[in-house]
Amino acid sequence: MAEEVLRMQGITKIYPNGFMANKDVTFGIGANEIHALVGENGAGKTTLMKILFGMEDCQQGSIFINGKEERIANPLDAIAKGVGMVHQHFMLLPSLSVAENVTLGVEPMKNGLFDYEAAVKNTQEIADKYNFKVDATAKVSTLSVGQMQKVEILKALIKGAKILILDEPTAVLTPQETEELFEQLFNLRDSGVSVIFISHKLEEVMRICSKVTVLRHGECMGTYDTKDLDETKISRLMVGRDVVLKIEKEDPKPKEAILEIRNLKRFNSFGKAVIDGVTFTVHSGEVVGIAGVEGNGQSELSEVLAGLSDFASGDVILNGKSIKGLSVRQIRDKGMAYIAEDRMVEGVAGDMSIEMNIMADRFSKKNYKKNGMFVDARKIRKETQQLIKDFEISCDGPEQPVRMLSGGNIQKVVVAREFTSGANFILANQPTRGIDVGTAEMIRKTIVRKSREEGTCTVLISADLNEVLECSDRLLVMRKGKVVAAFPKANEVSEDTLGEYMLGIREMTPEQMEGLL
Amino acid sequence: MSIDIVAFLADAIKMATPLVFAALAALMTRQAGMFNMGVEGMILCSALGAVTGAHYLGGVWAGVLCGILTGVVTGLIIAFAHLTGKTDLYLTCIAFNLAATGGTVFIMYLLTGEKSTTSGAFRSYQIPNINIPILKDIPVLGRILSGQSLLTYIAVLSVWFVWFLLKRTRVGLRIRSVGENPKAAESVGISVTKIGYISFLLCGLFAGLSGTFLSMSWVTFFMKNMVNGRGYIGLSAQNMANGSPIGSALVSLLFGATTSLATTMKSQSNFPTEFLEMIPYLATIIAIVITSIYSINKKRRIERGGK
Repeated sequence: MAEEVLRMQGITKIYPNGFMANKDVTFGIGANEIHALVGENGAGKTTLMKILFGMEDCQQGSIFINGKEERIANPLDAIAKGVGMVHQHFMLLPSLSVAENVTLGVEPMKNGLFDYEAAVKNTQEIADKYNFKVDATAKVSTLSVGQMQKVEILKALIKGAKILILDEPTAVLTPQETEELFEQLFNLRDSGVSVIFISHKLEEVMRICSKVTVLRHGECMGTYDTKDLDETKISRLMVGRDVVLKIEKEDPKPKEAILEIRNLKRFNSFGKAVIDGVTFTVHSGEVVGIAGVEGNGQSELSEVLAGLSDFASGDVILNGKSIKGLSVRQIRDKGMAYIAEDRMVEGVAGDMSIEMNIMADRFSKKNYKKNGMFVDARKIRKETQQLIKDFEISCDGPEQPVRMLSGGNIQKVVVAREFTSGANFILANQPTRGIDVGTAEMIRKTIVRKSREEGTCTVLISADLNEVLECSDRLLVMRKGKVVAAFPKANEVSEDTLGEYMLGIREMTPEQMEGLL
Repeated sequence: MSIDIVAFLADAIKMATPLVFAALAALMTRQAGMFNMGVEGMILCSALGAVTGAHYLGGVWAGVLCGILTGVVTGLIIAFAHLTGKTDLYLTCIAFNLAATGGTVFIMYLLTGEKSTTSGAFRSYQIPNINIPILKDIPVLGRILSGQSLLTYIAVLSVWFVWFLLKRTRVGLRIRSVGENPKAAESVGISVTKIGYISFLLCGLFAGLSGTFLSMSWVTFFMKNMVNGRGYIGLSAQNMANGSPIGSALVSLLFGATTSLATTMKSQSNFPTEFLEMIPYLATIIAIVITSIYSINKKRRIERGGK
């Protein structure tokens, strides 16, 4: 094995909220190596790299650079020790030129003034050295995303980086730009820079990396030579269920269509399609799961369905009426309930009481009013106490601020409101993320029970494979803003198969999905 | 009714001078990412500082220096509260402006026993007007451009200075980087706090000049609440020009013209004075709404999948 330039030994990272992001992770990379770090979202790749780059502390473990143990206090320290990082979200200044961005912090000076010519010259020199085709005088805002990424790489190189971390560099690139990036990475490798390549695009990993380290749920699944692996094997190492969860449920008896999504499209502020022609229907009495690697349009779809954002074209029909142009309130009145992805941002008002949060959607309804004008406080208090009991929210009482509760109990407040709002369409986006097992089980069972007993239709968006596979009846997979696979029975899909569709190794044709959307 | 166009334009330039300084002051902190409403109060304090300095030290230039110094000190007070004390910038600025409104009257009363103006108690000093050779002999243009206050010409130079500072010096580059993306700046080792102080210092310099112009050139005394919203107008001028020094100056000139228009019409017509005095502020609101609609529409077009 080539000489080791970096070794991370026994890294353990626990976030203040108790989430263990990395658990005794050990891996090393050699000189002149492109080393892949793969894993699902939330597997701990980014955390591990943030520790290496000095952006996060770790509880245990040590870092060795060129065989010498180093403590990395902050990103500046990391840069000084030869580590450079290209973030997923660029740290660029769009209104400035390429040269200004690249030399910021290490500006060349002449006669006490910023020497722009020298900045351009230095930038161009280093760009030419590694064969980066980029104009040092161009304004960053006029560049394509691919070129912006080159600027980020140049920023690291000009400060003398010998270990370069690329966090999902190809996620934002076109195929041609990806090719170009790979050429440059080979150049860098050959001139002595070690590259850590974070990705979940397996074909890319197989093509350019010599070694792969796989993370799953914060644990290291080992480091392998890519020549000993194939995409299916990596996918199996990456995607897996630790504990297999079973939910007993009868077969669904879908009745009339409640939610119809027709050729829905939405663009982001860069004009890129984030929802790209999605079509599917959800019927009364069934749960439709949406799986996918995060960032493939699920959040955007959820925002559109909840009425939090507009869409460009297509249509969404809820209970026979289009939701186009309706306010969130109007959509809720048409029968939508929404368990938001981030409960603290959209699910609850943290500083307000449990009662206020549970009743937030119904204060204005007629049957909670007295004399047609005033809120019926007694009735509200009585119902809140009943819901606290029904949903087993452990708290001091209805007046306690929601922020004081544990994550699981906060989510119980959310579902106590959403499950009892009388809606026949439930949109559940990551309903059990980061909460205790007991509450998660209650939420999942309630979703299934409501669909069977009350005939609600549910769209369940989740990154938790257990959850989508076990709770859902039908299962759809989203990738790059499109539905790429559809399965009639979620609990008969194996996680390996699912992983292959999520990661883009396979894709179904519209004919194969016909009748399943 | 007859309007002397030449006099109107000359007046417009004069009225624009304090606005240009105010806009540059606001621009300096905006470039570092801070929307500094305190400019209004800083200008007011400087106006009082200038006449007080001139009176007690007995000279125009001492007055100018005191005006600038007051601007810088008040700027640093806000900077300290916001950057070191981590207070909310908007609340700090509102509190500061209110304190400045009352505080200037209080200090004036302590020094002169007057509550509305220093004109009787303090000796008047006026910053000289400058006749520019050659230019002054050109018909029309000479009457418009020559014979303005020295500070008006300094305002023109300041626009260039700010442009040069931002574009050609290291500190300018760093100010812009902090304003655009503090995280990116911090990630390459730039101290966001230090840059914040520097930008407030420069902001104080221009606020000081704006106040000095008002109390030593526009008139030659300090009076209660004499800034009258010019700080806010300067703030919106640089906002509309998107932080460009030259653009801010041009927008300020436009606002100067509306102020001048109001003054001219006051003497020429029997329109209600109160309505005419509203013109500069109304023009500001209309201009802000138009620029904002334009940028929102542009964003919306992209999200709808257009070009």
